[in-house]
Amino acid sequence: MTAIAERRATSGAVLTILRAREIGLVLLIALVVIVTTLHNPHFVDSNSIEQLLSGAALIALLGVGETLVVVTRNVDLSVGSVLGLSAYVVGHLFKYDHIPVWSGFVIGTLVGVAAGVLNGFIVTVMRVPSLVVTLGMLYVIRGIDGVIVNGERIDPEFIPSSFTAVGYKTLFGIPWLAIIVAAVVAVAGYAMRSFRASRDLYAIGSNPAAAALAGIPIQRRVFTAFVISGALAGLAGALFLALHTQIDNSGGIGYELAVIAAVVVGGVAIFGGSGTVVGAALGALLLNTINQALVASRISAFWNQAIAGALLLAAIAFDRWLSLRVTKTLQSAEGAHRDI
Amino acid sequence: MTSELATRPSGDSAVLSGRAEGRQPLWRSLARWEAGLVVVLIGVLIWATIKSPTFTDPSTLFYLGVNTGYIAIMALPMTLVVMTGEIDLSVASMLGLAGSTVGYLWHHGWDIWAAFAVALAVGVVGGALNGLLVARFGLPSIAVTIGTLTMFRGLAEVLLGSLTIPSLGDRQFPESLTNIGVNSIPGAQLSWSMVFFVVLAVIFGVVLHVTPLGRAMVAIGLQPEAAQFAGIRVNRMKFWLFVLSGFISAFAGILVTLQQASVSYNVGTGLELNVVAIVLFGGVSIFGGRGTIFGVVLSVAIVGSLQMALVQLNVSADKQNIVTGVLLLISVIVPNGAEALRRARDYLRRRTRPRPL
Repeated sequence: MTAIAERRATSGAVLTILRAREIGLVLLIALVVIVTTLHNPHFVDSNSIEQLLSGAALIALLGVGETLVVVTRNVDLSVGSVLGLSAYVVGHLFKYDHIPVWSGFVIGTLVGVAAGVLNGFIVTVMRVPSLVVTLGMLYVIRGIDGVIVNGERIDPEFIPSSFTAVGYKTLFGIPWLAIIVAAVVAVAGYAMRSFRASRDLYAIGSNPAAAALAGIPIQRRVFTAFVISGALAGLAGALFLALHTQIDNSGGIGYELAVIAAVVVGGVAIFGGSGTVVGAALGALLLNTINQALVASRISAFWNQAIAGALLLAAIAFDRWLSLRVTKTLQSAEGAHRDI
Repeated sequence: MTSELATRPSGDSAVLSGRAEGRQPLWRSLARWEAGLVVVLIGVLIWATIKSPTFTDPSTLFYLGVNTGYIAIMALPMTLVVMTGEIDLSVASMLGLAGSTVGYLWHHGWDIWAAFAVALAVGVVGGALNGLLVARFGLPSIAVTIGTLTMFRGLAEVLLGSLTIPSLGDRQFPESLTNIGVNSIPGAQLSWSMVFFVVLAVIFGVVLHVTPLGRAMVAIGLQPEAAQFAGIRVNRMKFWLFVLSGFISAFAGILVTLQQASVSYNVGTGLELNVVAIVLFGGVSIFGGRGTIFGVVLSVAIVGSLQMALVQLNVSADKQNIVTGVLLLISVIVPNGAEALRRARDYLRRRTRPRPL
């Protein structure tokens, strides 16, 4: 009897740790870094750590907005196109209108807000499935981007150096880009934990019907989630420009699926109701760390994508196994009379 | 259970209102949708004929087939998958992997038909992997197939690396086969890929709309639990549909390899979203259970001829993107537009009316 109870308690403790997805992700990232460093000591020099963080930062930032949307049982496929459009618009304004540096970030964000408002409006007022809406917007925005770009490319000499400094300057060895994104993640993480409106997002995703009966303004909350996702994608566009210092019509192509991959690896349930922005950001960092590790291990670069895909599948399957175990634990004798 | 019902109002009302009454408005709304597509198609054809003098050339039909046929073929199994409430985003990567398999084996001196057979087998295995993860382990298909999308494309890259096959010193692909990208079938201006699409569309249409198998797919899409209780093997059906999707995508990969007479690992990158767009524009509901093969065929015709016309008119690829996206948006907004207007009116009325005590 006691032995069984004890075993249950320990397995419960292990599950608690595993359930705190963030801890598991941090451990995994550490594991990847350690194993790779044993193979190739150069993996942890300051230069590659900068690369590690900068490379993950943009996907992590998009992942924050995507988390807000996915938690409500929706999806935003337009983030890559929004990023591309915003980056080009800001670059264009730098080149031809010599706008001040700070306004680059503001205008980039506003471009994203406009796209988010349109997405949110169609989804909530027209009641159209978000997958279809944002898939359509993916094409429309990419097309508009192409028309504006018109085959041109904004070269580095037109981007103010104080703007691109965000992309290459560091503070105590940490790129400014990563610091900005970490700040956004921290604010969003706190808000998602503690604010009523953001708890509503989880309620909507867990059970839309119950959320409606509980008096949650579903459409307004979902609309806001899309606007924030758009805004962050727009901000990511400005940061993309700062990082890459040049832009044509191809910025952010294919990012939408990379972001969803990061969000899913980060433990956000694709059918809504659970997951954190910190998890999503760590998911982005893990995927990027693995990519860099494969490069550093001198495994042929051709293997990168195949391994990334396999890991993604493993992460999804692991999640499923975990949630089944958790359900079982909750249903077991000691869980039955607990207030779940 | 109740929440499941409540979140699926369509299935709910169909169940509650009884069989005969539930079906009638569904059929009517479907008929309206396809009728709308026919009108759009006629409009596009008239517009294209007026605007582009070369649109009525017989070769237009041929190139439409070459450009659209292999994408359209993948839309057919996608229709069935979406019909059961799932999605397969790995189709374009499977196309690339199958093409790369053919290229790899050809590069290593294999017979072309043996290479085709292996490529098709790869399609079946890849599809089975999707099916296993979705149907057996109950994982969400959108996440699973994003994973296999990355993995299949990655495996294609492992096979070919930066090579384009035939590379320097390789044999060319057999000309009798690569001719399908240059010559039409004898007697008509149809490309081979379009012929395959038409034949498959007929088969898929019959299976979906006439056979018990097809009814089962619709039932799964409308109410998976009810379908299960009605004795339909829901998971087995989903598994085989993913296998079918992998197989047909591999076939499309062989077609595109022959049409282009060359292959590199990145062939067809990003096409998965085009395929999904075609299916949704054809009136298939993303929630499953609604839609027809006829609608998807019309969608292919509209998207294909619009694209041909825009190319002939030298409209940039960017503007074609806008047209694709706007079409997709309109296709979902218009049916919901009347409903949205009514809601807006109700909302305003509630606002202006004094609150009842």
